[in-house]
Amino acid sequence: MQKRLVLDQQQIAIILKRFCYQLIENHDTFENTVLLGLQPRGPIVLDKIVKTLQEISGIKVPFGYLDATFHRDDFRRRDFPLKANETKIDFLIEGKKVVLIDDVLYKGRSVRAALDAMIAFGRPQKVELMVLVDRKYTRDYPIMPDYCGVKVNTLESQYVSVEWTEKGFEKDAIWITEKA
Amino acid sequence: MSQLSTRHLLGIKDITAEDIQLIFETADNFKEVLNRPIKKVPSLRDITIANIFFENSTRTRLSFELAEKRLSADVVNFSSSTSSVKKGETLIDTVNNILSMKVDMVVMRHSSPGAPHFLAKNISANIVNAGDGTHEHPTQALLDAFSIREKLGDVAGKKVAIIGDILHSRVALSNIFCLQKLGAEIMVCGPTTLIPKHIQSLGVKVEHDVEKALKWCDVANVLRIQLERQQIKYFPSLREYSLYFGINKKMLDRLDKEIVIMHPGPINRGVELNSDVADSEHSIILQQVENGVAVRMAVLYLLAGVK
Repeated sequence: MQKRLVLDQQQIAIILKRFCYQLIENHDTFENTVLLGLQPRGPIVLDKIVKTLQEISGIKVPFGYLDATFHRDDFRRRDFPLKANETKIDFLIEGKKVVLIDDVLYKGRSVRAALDAMIAFGRPQKVELMVLVDRKYTRDYPIMPDYCGVKVNTLESQYVSVEWTEKGFEKDAIWITEKA
Repeated sequence: MSQLSTRHLLGIKDITAEDIQLIFETADNFKEVLNRPIKKVPSLRDITIANIFFENSTRTRLSFELAEKRLSADVVNFSSSTSSVKKGETLIDTVNNILSMKVDMVVMRHSSPGAPHFLAKNISANIVNAGDGTHEHPTQALLDAFSIREKLGDVAGKKVAIIGDILHSRVALSNIFCLQKLGAEIMVCGPTTLIPKHIQSLGVKVEHDVEKALKWCDVANVLRIQLERQQIKYFPSLREYSLYFGINKKMLDRLDKEIVIMHPGPINRGVELNSDVADSEHSIILQQVENGVAVRMAVLYLLAGVK
């Protein structure tokens, strides 16, 4: 199986730090801002962002995990029902600035479903999207990230795999691999 | 595993422990949905569900209807008391007519055991059994086990006493199958006349002394005396039943232990349960009702996804 490294551990750490400084620039004290990690893989990025923000500025930002399984448009179009993940949001987002965080932006369908799911917790003032990897020219919906780690060109036959130490991998890394 | 092993929910006997766990995990997520300010998801917006009730029901029917609406399904309700069944129409004709109106799923309650099984063999829609005679009531058993899991952390290893009119209860049979599949020990308790013969062959203990049953169990699932199903006298009077088999607060205080009281409803207050027990801190009766919607959402969601 062919694999090409997109981001190594050090590059990911630099990007996450950059994200934090961008967030501080745009959201100042985070008084009216909340962060939401999109299940299943966004929460890992979110947790790292929250930790880094705390280290840089001591800011504690309200955050939660959002699962959009029940809002997806491909239920009953798949061979199996999609298995949902935990949604853990202990606050309302009414009038808040929301930053949605995910690892890879591909077709945009997950983000569309997430926007739909998010509305169940209130009407936000503004929503921003943060992704580590943007797969260019692959979008089905007109969705663009506000914060982007790296843009990559990929083929339909390729897959962006994200490895985290939290998931048992030796190092954090993002690869482009050929689908089996 | 993210798919049920069956395309109908006809009874707990027909499904696996893995199916039950999948339903519980999905219900956990739907329970979270039910606590959101907007309690609705669009998962079944392309599905039409017919609730066909040939028997009276309040909470089961309401619970299914809410579950369906929370999932954004289109819902049609059918009640035999106001339908052409009164004119002599057969079950299969009634249902086929409803299905001709492009219904995808049928939730059915019927007084005849096996009616949903008959339907499943003859029509293409997914069938959910909402109670068939004295046979099975699978979603009630699922929500009961889900409520025990929620309250005690796990069902495996727990001792559950099912107390009351076992003979006429579809809830008892489904509960026995469900709880055993999840690793619980079961005892049934009630007057000899209301305990089916040979029930021990299902691997359950039998007890006729309520106090002994309560001492033994972690959970007491108390069932209603189903007077409407009783053609003959099974006990001298309700007063006598209450005296020997009714549960009151004094009995629970004497036990001096944590015990969970459940009841599928509707309660005959003062007969099988006194109000001081039904409304006590031991009771999870209202949690059962709340969990019913989440569990039924999970069942409908998972069945709709089966090709």
